[in-house]
Amino acid sequence: MLWFTEQHTPNVRFSIKVDRQLFSEQSEFQRIDVFESEEFGRVLTLDGYLMLTEKDEFIYHEMIAHVPMCVHPQAKNVLVIGGGDGGTVRELCKYKTIEKIDLVEIDERVVDISKLYLPKVACALEDPRVHCYYEDGLKFIRHVEDEYDLIIVDSTDPFGPGEGLFTKEFYGNCFKALHEDGIMVNQHESPFYQEDAYAMQRAHKRICHSFPISRVYQVHIPTYPSGHWLFGFASRKYHPVKEVNWQAWKDLRIRCRYYNCPLHAGSFALPNYVEELLRDVED
Amino acid sequence: MKYISQENAPILEALERMKIARLVPFDVPGHKRGRGNPELTKFLGEQCLSVDVNSMKMLDNLCHPVSVIKEAEELAAEAFGAAHAFFMVGGTTSAVQAMVMSACKQGDKIIMPRNVHRSAINALILCGAVPIYVNPQMDPTLGISLGMSVSDVERAIKENPDAKAVLVNNPTYYGICSDIKSIAKLAHEHGMLLLADEAHGSHLYFSDKLPVAAMHAGADMAAISMHKSGGSLTQSSILLIGDRVSQGYVHQIINLTQTTSASYLLMVSLDISRRNMALRGKALVDKIIAQVQYARDEINTIGDYYAYSSELINGDSIFDFDITKLAIYTRSIGLAGVEVYDLLRDEYDIQTEFGDIANLLAYVSVGDREKDIERLVSALAEIRRNYRQTGREMMKAEYISPQVVCGPQEAFYGEKESLPLYDTSGRVCSEFVMCYPPGIPILAPGERITEEILRYIRYARKKGCQMTGPEDMELKQLNVLTHI
Ligand SMILES: Cc1ncc(COP(=O)(O)O)c(C=O)c1O
Repeated sequence: MLWFTEQHTPNVRFSIKVDRQLFSEQSEFQRIDVFESEEFGRVLTLDGYLMLTEKDEFIYHEMIAHVPMCVHPQAKNVLVIGGGDGGTVRELCKYKTIEKIDLVEIDERVVDISKLYLPKVACALEDPRVHCYYEDGLKFIRHVEDEYDLIIVDSTDPFGPGEGLFTKEFYGNCFKALHEDGIMVNQHESPFYQEDAYAMQRAHKRICHSFPISRVYQVHIPTYPSGHWLFGFASRKYHPVKEVNWQAWKDLRIRCRYYNCPLHAGSFALPNYVEELLRDVED
Repeated sequence: MKYISQENAPILEALERMKIARLVPFDVPGHKRGRGNPELTKFLGEQCLSVDVNSMKMLDNLCHPVSVIKEAEELAAEAFGAAHAFFMVGGTTSAVQAMVMSACKQGDKIIMPRNVHRSAINALILCGAVPIYVNPQMDPTLGISLGMSVSDVERAIKENPDAKAVLVNNPTYYGICSDIKSIAKLAHEHGMLLLADEAHGSHLYFSDKLPVAAMHAGADMAAISMHKSGGSLTQSSILLIGDRVSQGYVHQIINLTQTTSASYLLMVSLDISRRNMALRGKALVDKIIAQVQYARDEINTIGDYYAYSSELINGDSIFDFDITKLAIYTRSIGLAGVEVYDLLRDEYDIQTEFGDIANLLAYVSVGDREKDIERLVSALAEIRRNYRQTGREMMKAEYISPQVVCGPQEAFYGEKESLPLYDTSGRVCSEFVMCYPPGIPILAPGERITEEILRYIRYARKKGCQMTGPEDMELKQLNVLTHI
């Protein structure tokens, strides 16, 4: 019997029974593995950390893409940083009104391998509106000003290749790269285990310094540490819930398995302990 | 004798043999391979504590090297092109001091630029030699002191034919080099030794794309900070000497102040770093050059900032430039270097080497990753976007020619009184005042205090520079000589 195990904390482990390993490679930046499993379908891991499984990736990708798109349906120019698996791009491509999607992924191999082994996730990467740039996100964003309506930071963890995407200089540069009504959504770690909670607080503090509106919403992702995951919603103008035209989104008739408008509104209501963690770093 | 080459690391090999021997330690250190201090062992790791040992037959002794330390020093001498190398465990400070004290005795003169590190002037307090300062030229825009012009050195030599040595920074913290080859030749023609403070130059020995290294330029002694650009542990350093000085005498001088319990952690780090640089130094330096050039180009496209390089070279006071140094002029965004330094640390979690009143210095070395360079560049871009100031009165650093009234030793040990700092104008200082880093004295013992100097101190403090040196650590009071 083969098991994939990820250490969620020094004292907690999470394991998935694996049928077989489909792929393994050490790229210039990280180790990339793909497993086949009975329970979760295919599983992508980077440096031994689980990035997605076919069974629950829809939750993450729907919630990172549709929340800002519902708030700002006129978004035409979108930037995705990280997200080489293509899941976020797949959700964005459901909007006919989006004209351009720039994907900035540091590791070209993640894109190649996702296309080969995770076709259900990577399926939209060939959409003509999608342009892939293989470079450091921090570097890319530094050279951009007043360009995007929406930036989605679909990053790995605040250590390893994605480190630079959790820094104050990165968030500041995102602010600068957005139009004056632009929105940035980011993968915001988890509030539950202490180490993740610290990372979450640090990210929140830095985003608050750069954006006038900075809120957090929650999702349930069964294969991520504790299952309780957060996204950051940072915005130059629009509030994530107030004055949102829900009907306009419904009229788009976009099919989702997780996302819906009441859930969107509800996901910004956070448990007290999370509110407290956030409040601690807001000034 | 067995054949050893740069592939060897004799101290490392001896420590490995010692571990295998499983000696029962009834000698110091008392932590006994860490067992006696579990908290320390947990923090530093068992590996580390197990080689924190004292000298013994199989490990040689730094005070009198006859086996593995001797071999390691010989390999270092070969790698750096010196007649002999001494491993130093008291920082490059101890190397600079050994160098000066080997060259000079009580009352001897030594020619040096005024922008030397405090360790050089400290050596003068200890041995009683007196400095003959050569005015390092100053770049009027950047406000940094440069190298010594050869004609200024020549004049100092002619005026002081009895001087024993000339000391040169190779390069300065900012990467500026004097024409050390010509200065060495001049010194030798007049029977003087050429000493080099290469605290910022240990990597020069391993690349042909960089300014000439001191020993290759004919220096008689060079103090090199392996712990800065060479990758060894903090506090480890090497003193190189040539044929003109007596190895035995320098060794005696070193032993005047050196510990009799030299740390094997420091020594093995020198041994391993020497091997690394000897075998792979060229490629490592190439990587640093490329990274720094990338950072400079990116920083210069941000706007306003000026990350300078070899375009500064003027054939004299900037005879050459060490392109691995990343110094950035920040006054053009209306911020002092030290203000940018503080912002980087407090707002962006980036610790740079230091900021002076107009420049920021980021230290780039063998350990840097491309993504960290991206962070530095991006943070500088953000600081410009968010904190830039216009129309702010910014002081220009100008070279303040020191008025040396008496030698540093006489001033330091002389009859003195303590006065409120800003009441000391016109008096003679008996202690140091400096910003640290870079640790270049604003006032050294024996120099006259002027209004101009006090103004500079007030400004640098206001900008957030940390002042060190005086007996009164808060620098409210300053010691001045009573009799002059
Ligand atoms: C020019 C110069 N010389 C000597 C030293 C002394 O080196 P250490 O701190 O290793 O004693 C320094 C340290 O900053 C320096 O900058």
